[in-house]
Amino acid sequence: MSYSSNIKELYRDQLKNIRDAGIYKEERFIHSTQDADIEVEFPAGSRLKNVINMCANNYLGLSSHPEVLKAAHEGLETRGYGMSSVRFICGTQDIHRELENKVTEFLGTEDTILFPSCMDANAGVFEALLTSEDIMISDRLVHASIIDGMRLCSAEHDTFKHSNMQHLEQKLQLHADKRIKMVITDGVFSMDGDLAKLDEMVELCEKYDALLFVDDSHSTGFIGKTGRGTHEHFDVLGKIDVITTTFGKAMGGASGGCVSGRKEIVDMCRQKARPYLFSNTISPVVVAGVLKVFDILSGSTERRDKLEENTKFWRKGLTDAGFVLKEGESPIVPVMLFNAQLAQDFSKDLFDLGIYAIGFFFPVVPNGQARIRTQISAGHEKHHLEKALDAFKKVGEKYGILGLSKQEIIKKYGL
Amino acid sequence: MYVDFKKHLQAELEKITEAGLYKDERVIGSPQQAEITLTSGQKVLNFCANNYLGLSNNPELIKAAREALDTHGYGMSSVRFICGTSDLHKELESKIADFFGTEDTILYAACFDANGGLFEPLLTSEDAIISDSLNHASIIDGVRLCKAKRYRYENADMEDLESRLAAAQEQRFRIIVTDGVFSMDGNVAPMDKIYELAEKYDAFVMVDECHSAGVVGKTGRGVTELFDLRGKIEIITGTLGKAFGGAIGGFTTGKKEIIEMLRQRSRPYLFSNAIPPLVAAAGIRMIDMMTETNELQDKLHHNTDYFVNKMSDLGFDIKPTESAICAVMLYDARLSQEFASRLLEEGIYVIGFYYPVVPDGEARIRVQLSAAHEHEHLDKAITAFRKVGKELKVI
Amino acid sequence: MENIKDLVLEYVINEYQEDEDDEITYDTPLISSGFVDSFSMVSLKVFLEKKFDISIPDEEATPEAFDSVNKIVDLVNDYREKK
Repeated sequence: MSYSSNIKELYRDQLKNIRDAGIYKEERFIHSTQDADIEVEFPAGSRLKNVINMCANNYLGLSSHPEVLKAAHEGLETRGYGMSSVRFICGTQDIHRELENKVTEFLGTEDTILFPSCMDANAGVFEALLTSEDIMISDRLVHASIIDGMRLCSAEHDTFKHSNMQHLEQKLQLHADKRIKMVITDGVFSMDGDLAKLDEMVELCEKYDALLFVDDSHSTGFIGKTGRGTHEHFDVLGKIDVITTTFGKAMGGASGGCVSGRKEIVDMCRQKARPYLFSNTISPVVVAGVLKVFDILSGSTERRDKLEENTKFWRKGLTDAGFVLKEGESPIVPVMLFNAQLAQDFSKDLFDLGIYAIGFFFPVVPNGQARIRTQISAGHEKHHLEKALDAFKKVGEKYGILGLSKQEIIKKYGL
Repeated sequence: MYVDFKKHLQAELEKITEAGLYKDERVIGSPQQAEITLTSGQKVLNFCANNYLGLSNNPELIKAAREALDTHGYGMSSVRFICGTSDLHKELESKIADFFGTEDTILYAACFDANGGLFEPLLTSEDAIISDSLNHASIIDGVRLCKAKRYRYENADMEDLESRLAAAQEQRFRIIVTDGVFSMDGNVAPMDKIYELAEKYDAFVMVDECHSAGVVGKTGRGVTELFDLRGKIEIITGTLGKAFGGAIGGFTTGKKEIIEMLRQRSRPYLFSNAIPPLVAAAGIRMIDMMTETNELQDKLHHNTDYFVNKMSDLGFDIKPTESAICAVMLYDARLSQEFASRLLEEGIYVIGFYYPVVPDGEARIRVQLSAAHEHEHLDKAITAFRKVGKELKVI
Repeated sequence: MENIKDLVLEYVINEYQEDEDDEITYDTPLISSGFVDSFSMVSLKVFLEKKFDISIPDEEATPEAFDSVNKIVDLVNDYREKK
């Protein structure tokens, strides 16, 4: 029949093209807990290697924090393993509600609804709220899950140039006749690590009568004075209509996401958001862990403060060494290499030196903007960062790019 | 801005409430098992969970999860291809492939994501998706995200499927898409006939085993076991969130190249964390348990037969079922609600379903059996059904 | 002719050029090079339809057909003739 013949061959060809283009994604198997130091099997079948992880979203170093583990153990004992049901049939425990309330309090919103992941939150939220009479105006660099959510929604969509407020204003004017206008952005952009200008966006939204949606997945827990997120950083707490975020990164890193915001918006998601209606929510054990994470963060800003210090140290070290970085203040620190092959080779050499950091290239970032994306964690100690810096310098020297400008690197390696 | 939108939403929510469609949650203060405690303090027997094999609070699964917490920590804080793959993920993927007799497996955060991310990487506008009309919402969303031409056939209607297949001959590739067990009726897709038609019309087949894996077939291997098609269906999707422990997580298992392509292109896999390692560890233990003994599968089959037979004997109108889902037909929406709330007073927790979840005029109570149910639980439920059934003049 | 070309180029530069260093000409690959993501292509299509009073069917609005100013102008001309 058709599978064994044509389709198999078609897929084989496509996979070969992906390999030939050098963009085949390969997994590295981690045998330890997620931490600053990890044990990795790569390539598959090879001996375990101890490396320093510089590319996890484990910003606060809570992925294997002893108190979080203890809370998860207790959650398994008192609330069991699975719910085997969606929320509104028989899949809601008291601790799910407790977590929703904790999130609401932490983010300074009115209400919160949990989703199995932030991908699902973003996939379901737009369709639940907007119809073909409305418009979604999104930053060009928003996360893929937001794009999927918008694709599933019948509202019209338009985009504005990345963080370009003038362009956003033009778009708000252009679509002034729409019933509901929703401006959509990430809080911290995952590839560049820059922050959306939420203060200006709030102003524009007020001026043009629009709603503001922020995905704060790469900020919740550590951006802002007490880690509430990008809205705290820009002093616009309470002014964002919809926030989506994840527990799968800084907040313990297991799984789960949420929509938090205006009461009626959250209520509408409970009635209409498909991933909420048709999929189990976060398991009790994960809920128990996230609850503990909120306790830890509400009690002290020690971890986000340490993350900030580590980030400053790391940025300064790389800059002094002569690397080209993307400017920013988040713990996402992209080391720009521009050429995709160079990014791949650089990452491989780092791995040989015991440093785990991945190269990113088109289509994940625009063509000619290949990079190593490093991500700093409160789990890193000075010695981790120093060792990683040494390795970066060594490899940078090997390729002769230290002290070179963007143009010089491009001249040397092409795009 | 929000002022106007708030008014708009309030009006919408009011409409939902007036139509009687407002969804409220019942909050549970205990683990998921046969007998649960609601936060009101009431203890009830649960007959509406997808906890088919009774594994949701299984001590061995919990033990495996606790061990993994110690060895692999709590979260991965990364997507799979950056630094979010543990050895446990790989082990579970290969165990799932062995379990279903397939070539390879890819895990997702949920089966919602497995279905949502399945079609777009594999098919283009040159191809055709031929989908059963009662397929799950997540399949519908996956199809919506894919450019392939869409055909829809009436639930399990093979004549209709054949005519769609004939109409789709101009497309490059054709895929037939079906649930294994349909969640509202409990009927099984006629996989033998679907397979024959796929051969005849040069199509391949995807089946969602969410309500059939662990349940259907002598050893719980799902519809491919029931119809003796092991290894012959190209794509199977399934969940770890129902019979398989009930926590969270989904998977796609099938032909090697398909799974490999999904690892390169499937968006929910590329842009979202996988399941936490402790869920992978419990999944591995679960498959080992099902391989070591057939006890749970046998008990579930026995419980289902026992319940369905007793209920039919009492004179209830039961939809023919080949799964652990037993639809007690009441036809009237209001009656289904009254019946369910009377049963709750009697300590039996079930849900009444009505339009638009099921067709208009086909309101029902959906009972879901579990290997966690003991005979006394089943008898208590049957007694309650008889009492309320007589009271409300249904039997 | 030239007029359409310049109008489209002006729109594309105003709408998509993020970095002054990036030069966009009539032949610059727009989508395959990542200047325009397929999602932003939608607003380009809406602009063309409004500006030139044409209707481009979704199946014709492929990334290939939109991949440079020149190709876009060809497409626009096709549909202006069909009108």
